[in-house]
Formats: sequence, C-alpha cells, structure tokens
Amino acid sequence: MVRLFTRDSAAFVFLAPALSAIFVFFFIPVFASFLIGFTDLDIYALGDLSKVRFVGIENYARLLKDPLFWQALFNTFYFVIVAAPLSIAVSLGAALALNSKLAMFKPIFRLTFFMPVVTTLVAIAIVWRFIYHPNFGVINYFLGLIGLHPIDWLGDPNWAMPAIILMAVWKNFGYNMIIFIAGLQSIPEYLYEAAVIEGANGWQQFKSVTLPMLAPTTLFVSIITMIGFFQLFAEPYIMTQGGPLNKTLSIVLYMYNEGFRWWNMGYSAAIAFVLFFIIFTGTIVQLKLQNKG
Amino acid sequence: MYTKKTFLHILLFISAILTLAPFVWMLSASFMYDGHASVYPPRFIPDQFTLIQYKNLLARLNLARNFFNSLFLALSVSLISLLFNSMAAFAFAKYRFKWKDKIFNTLLASMIIPAQITMLPLFLMLRYMGLVNTYFAIIIPGMANIFGIFLIRQYAQSIPDSLIEAARIDGASEFQIFKEIFLPLIVPILVTLALFTFLGTWNDFLWPLIVLNNDSMYTLPVALANLMGEHTKDPELMMAGSVITILPVVFVFLFLQRYYISGIMLGSIKE
Repeated sequence: MVRLFTRDSAAFVFLAPALSAIFVFFFIPVFASFLIGFTDLDIYALGDLSKVRFVGIENYARLLKDPLFWQALFNTFYFVIVAAPLSIAVSLGAALALNSKLAMFKPIFRLTFFMPVVTTLVAIAIVWRFIYHPNFGVINYFLGLIGLHPIDWLGDPNWAMPAIILMAVWKNFGYNMIIFIAGLQSIPEYLYEAAVIEGANGWQQFKSVTLPMLAPTTLFVSIITMIGFFQLFAEPYIMTQGGPLNKTLSIVLYMYNEGFRWWNMGYSAAIAFVLFFIIFTGTIVQLKLQNKG
Repeated sequence: MYTKKTFLHILLFISAILTLAPFVWMLSASFMYDGHASVYPPRFIPDQFTLIQYKNLLARLNLARNFFNSLFLALSVSLISLLFNSMAAFAFAKYRFKWKDKIFNTLLASMIIPAQITMLPLFLMLRYMGLVNTYFAIIIPGMANIFGIFLIRQYAQSIPDSLIEAARIDGASEFQIFKEIFLPLIVPILVTLALFTFLGTWNDFLWPLIVLNNDSMYTLPVALANLMGEHTKDPELMMAGSVITILPVVFVFLFLQRYYISGIMLGSIKE
C-alpha cells in the first residue's frame, strides 16, 4: 500500500477544504465588512471602485445622529429584553412540567411543544399575520368571547411589538425547553431527598436545589437566546415591514434596508458592526454576571 | 396528589392546544375557497373542502419550481458541508499538529460573530464572480461551518485512538482510516448534523432573499414572502403556500426527531 501522504500532511489535507472555505467566505468577509464600514461605498461606486472614498468614522458618527437608527436600536432592545426572559421562563415552565414524575404522555407533549421550532419562520409569520387580523383574526375572536375589544395587533404602534414578541415566544420556547429538560435530568436525586428530609416544600426545593443546579444551563440558554433574538429580521419583514411608525424596525431590518434596498453599503456595514458589538458585549456581561453570582 | 396530577395535565393539554392551534388553522384555511377564511366568527373547519389553492400555487404560480430549489439546495448544502465538516473534525479530533488548539479556539470564539456581518462583502464577492442568482450563491457560503466541525469533533472525541493506531499498523492509508473507520463510527452525529443543516437551509430567509432575485431561482420562503406582497388579502392561498413550505420539514423532523434532540443536547455541552 503506497501512502498518499504522511500523517502530518494528512491532517493538513483533511483541514484544507473546510478551513479554506471558512477563511475565504467567512473571515475575509468579516474583515472586508469592517473596512467597508469606513468607506462611502454605494451603488454608484460599485461600477467604478476608484470612486470609493475612505471616510473614517463618518458612518458611525452619522449613526449616532440618525433617529431611525436609535429607533431600531430601541425596538431591538425592547424585543430582546421582553421576549428573551419571557421565552426562557416559558421554556423552564414547560421543562419542569414535562420533567415531573406525575406527567404522562411526555414524548407526545415534548414533540408538540417542539414543533414550532423546526418550522419555517417565514411561513409561520404569514400564518400569524392572519391570526392577528383585526377583523377576522382568531385572537381577536377569542378576545371578543371574553368581552374585550378587538386590537389592531400589527397596525397599532403600541401593539405591534408585543404581537411579534408573543409569536417569537411561541415559536422558540421548545428549543430551550429541550436543553432545560437535559439540565433537570442531570440534577442528582439525592439533593431533593436531602431537601425533603430538611422539610423543604416544593417552592423551596425549586429555589434552593433546582435553580442553583440549573445555573450553568440557564446561562447557556440566556446567551444563545439573546444572540438569536438580537438578529430579529423575518418577523418584522413579513408581518409589519418595520411599521407602524417604525415601531418594529429592527437593527437587522435597518441594515438590510440600507445595504440591499438603498445600496448604502458603507453605512449598512457600520450598522452590522454595531450589532456585533452589542452581541459581543451582551455575552461578556452575562458571563461576568454569572461568575460573580 | 390526584388534584395536582389533574391540574398538571390540564395545563399541559391547554398548552399543547395553544401550540398546535396556528398549525390547525393554517391547514384548515388552506382547504377553503377564496374568501371563506375571511369571515367572522373565524372558521376552524372548511365549510366546503377544496384543493383549488394548492392547484393554483403549483400550476399558476409555479411554486413547484421553488419547492425543487429549496429541496435541491438543502440537500446539496447538507451533503457538501457534511463531507467538509467531518474531514476537518477528523483532523481536530484525531491528529496532533502545530497550532491545533489555537486554530480550534479561534474558530470557536468566532462563532459569536453574527452572519449578517459577512453578507455584504459576500454578496459583492459573489457578484464579482458572476454567481449572484445562481445555486452557487447559496451552496458556496454553506460549504463548511464552525458549528458543524465543533459538533462532530465533540462526538468523535469518544472514539479510542487505539482503533486508529491499529488500522495504521495494518497498513491502512489515512484516507482509508477516515472513510472506513471514522465515518462509520460517527454516523449518528452525521445524521443529526445533516438534519440541522437541511432544516437550516430550507428555513433560511435573509441570505436567499439577498442573493436570489427572480421567481425561478427563489427558495420557498422567499417565494412565499414575495407572494405575500401580492396576495395580502388571500389567506386561503397563503395558507396553502405555508403548508407546502412547512410540511416537508415537519415530516423530516418527525422521522428523525431523536437525532435532532440529541444534537441540541450535545451542542449545549461546553468543554
């Protein structure tokens, strides 16, 4: 048997396809995007690259003075700060219910709760757009049944974001539920037995055994949920186009509009980097908080 | 004890109904004639059952083509990335080489970079290569991904080195070891990753929206979003489109769910 390559070069050959693809189509674009953020690259400059000018931090300075950007920033934080804890709480609740010794048909419930996670977000957003319909929507029908006035969910500036949050929680809680179930199952039974011997009731067991033992899982879940939610895009794109009154315009939607609708590419790249900075900072802060606590 | 059990199950059943309700309504409305879903009070069961919406989507609006695009792209990206990722994971798990840990940790750390950052330069690159609005625009950026390498490596750590050493003593080439020993041992995680990639590519929206720009190239989500613009007042038609988009992923998931769930758990294990 002739060896095609030695052991050392073999590692290189196995790595080469994936690493070169990641280098060329991920790392170089990240770096390029960083550079583009300091230029005025737009549709006119695309045809003749010599027209591109280096503008320093002008794009970032412009962002600071752009009310639409602040609106997008505010909306995205609104979404993340409300939807992430809410979705994590629902996930934990579902996980606790399904981990209970009393629960029957666990696999069926688990499957049901997980179903929205695998389905196509665009199709789901379209379905919910009709569910939120002011006249014929199912939700307003049920509100009517309990004597409440119909709400123009996606047309009312105050309700559009809550409507998107509700849908996002419904769509995503199954994912974290699975991770929480795994976390719950790894808590040793004797800790609960010891707590019972010391006279702890259900709530006290939850507070002094479940929550502390679940802390690493919760940290992981919080970080991935936060990262995912900061990238809010398809929901407002499909359901509201960022409206009404820009109340659901998210950072990524604004980035998309600037970059791929108006072709203000320098500006759009700067927006993308602000998103990265926020996600990076958010992750570091959560890790730091956890280490302190 | 019984009251607690009853209460728990009532809660579970209500949650399950709330979770399934949007799907039930979607399916039901997709079998209605035009205008029959826009009534008050809402109908949960079609008054007259019809397949007209599906016929229109497939014949008049040519959604079959978009279905094919989605399927072809999801399969291609899954197969290619599976090969590239497992090769790289093999190297990371079973070889010792210079800067191995440095490279791996750099890759892991860069998973925090949101993909949106790369989209603009990637688009310009593909445009320069003349690949915008071709299948390559989706396949090329999906050829390898860090999460996939990480997931396979995590799984492959449990393969004993002695197996590989023994094969080397028997005279197997490095490539034979990869093909005949490594790959068969990691089949479960390959199924998981194939499933993740397939669903991820099928469901993806922002990137295909950017690089595909006509009806015949659109994937289902992009075609659907586009259709929504023209048919805002046709819930029945849009629901049929949603069913066509969602049904394949639901089936794939139902058949392979245990791989999916074990993959989430493996992915959440930190070093």
